[in-house]
Amino acid sequence: MRAEQIEEIEIALLLDAIRKRYGYDFRNYARASLKRRLRSFAAQQDRMPLSRMIPAVLQDESFGARLIHGLSVTVSEMFRDPAFYAAIREQVIPYLKTYPFIRIWHAGCATGEEVYSLAIVLQEEGFYDRTTIFATDFNEQALDRAREAIYPLDAMKNFTSNYQRSGGRRAFSDYYRSGYDAAILDAGLKRNVTIANHNLVTDGVFSEVHLVLCRNVLIYFDQTLQNRALGLFNDSLVHGGILALGSKETLQYSRIAEDYKPLSSKWKIYQKTTA
Amino acid sequence: MENLSKDHSVRGGGFQAAVIGVSAGGVAVLPCLLGTLAADFALAMVIVQHLHPIQDDYFIERLGRACRLPVREAEEKERVQAGVIYLAPPNYHLLIEMDRTFSLCVGEKVNFSRPSIDVLFETAAEAFGAGLIGVILTGASRDGAAGLRQVSSKGGLAVVQDPQSAEYPAMPLAALEETRADYVCNIEEIGRLLCDLGSACAGTGYRTGE
Repeated sequence: MRAEQIEEIEIALLLDAIRKRYGYDFRNYARASLKRRLRSFAAQQDRMPLSRMIPAVLQDESFGARLIHGLSVTVSEMFRDPAFYAAIREQVIPYLKTYPFIRIWHAGCATGEEVYSLAIVLQEEGFYDRTTIFATDFNEQALDRAREAIYPLDAMKNFTSNYQRSGGRRAFSDYYRSGYDAAILDAGLKRNVTIANHNLVTDGVFSEVHLVLCRNVLIYFDQTLQNRALGLFNDSLVHGGILALGSKETLQYSRIAEDYKPLSSKWKIYQKTTA
Repeated sequence: MENLSKDHSVRGGGFQAAVIGVSAGGVAVLPCLLGTLAADFALAMVIVQHLHPIQDDYFIERLGRACRLPVREAEEKERVQAGVIYLAPPNYHLLIEMDRTFSLCVGEKVNFSRPSIDVLFETAAEAFGAGLIGVILTGASRDGAAGLRQVSSKGGLAVVQDPQSAEYPAMPLAALEETRADYVCNIEEIGRLLCDLGSACAGTGYRTGE
């Protein structure tokens, strides 16, 4: 048997161990990038062979937690794709304002940068007080960072430039104060944000919402999982509700495609046309 | 042209895909390289060009005008098709799955780059094995060196732009440090090589030293 085939067996057994021990199911993740993350985690553990990770996952909960964290991608930035936020500001919020009160589900929010970006846009558009944002992710470590809303100071240059290009109306420095090497976001941005653990792979619908944001999460899923997640969003959204995906993700080939019309084809913002 | 090892004219081709890694200086050489490909070029070609993340579609349009084959951005879950030139989208890593479909990832930068040449080459090497040609062109980084080594170790063909002919020699030099390249040659020769290995009668009639 070739080394690659043996590795495939090791990966399958390891993912099974993670699923049975902790309930996190990575079996339907897009395999190539999952494999890269597994290898880079192994490299950090003194090049631990995959087959030796199996007993470690089963017997050592802190190892299991680190591995699960290592398998999720938490790289994010504020106002990632500035033009996307401009589209939200110009095309989506005026429509949402026709509701007296709205609920937003930000699925796969990782460390929260994009949640607070949205909060800033809502605040500048005078709408934030009429919204509740549910920000969810399966990665508890990432959620802790999202709750803190403290980001490295050296990231602020990029965030500021993104904010300005997104059509921001103020000085970005109004939204944070710096301490040592960190930027602490204005606590007011958190006031309508509820952060909770939710796994798109295994959990269900929890609320009726008017806007779902799920950006750069579906790219890690295979077709089966993509359809599952999109099904959850579809079941959560009200008639006329808005679904915003990452700019390289599409509804086009999914089961729910025909129930949505594009509001921005470039930025993958869709509106639900059925009840 | 320097032919250092494998004789692929004897092997009779059998290539299915070519991956190209290019960084600084690429805007000048890529149209030239793609311009040499014949309309019957029968390989899939996948390119990582390091770009500024806010680069627009202009670059793809320009390449499309220079080339007889369709040029487009790779989309996630799309099957890698022969006779199509794909570019990695800016700000995403581009990977090839074992079933030869594309996937994307916004994970950490690799070699200060996203997309990273290493990420594409390593996953392409697993998916295509000996059916892959890896090509490293001009650039001012080390990205692609480890990836080309993987291409070669899985039996694929390693091609590097002659550093002396490259506008930015650092990337070809780094690749040559890590891998014993099968071909080291200038951009016109790489074009002819790809054209020959990728034509319908792949690889027959190709001789070195042309």
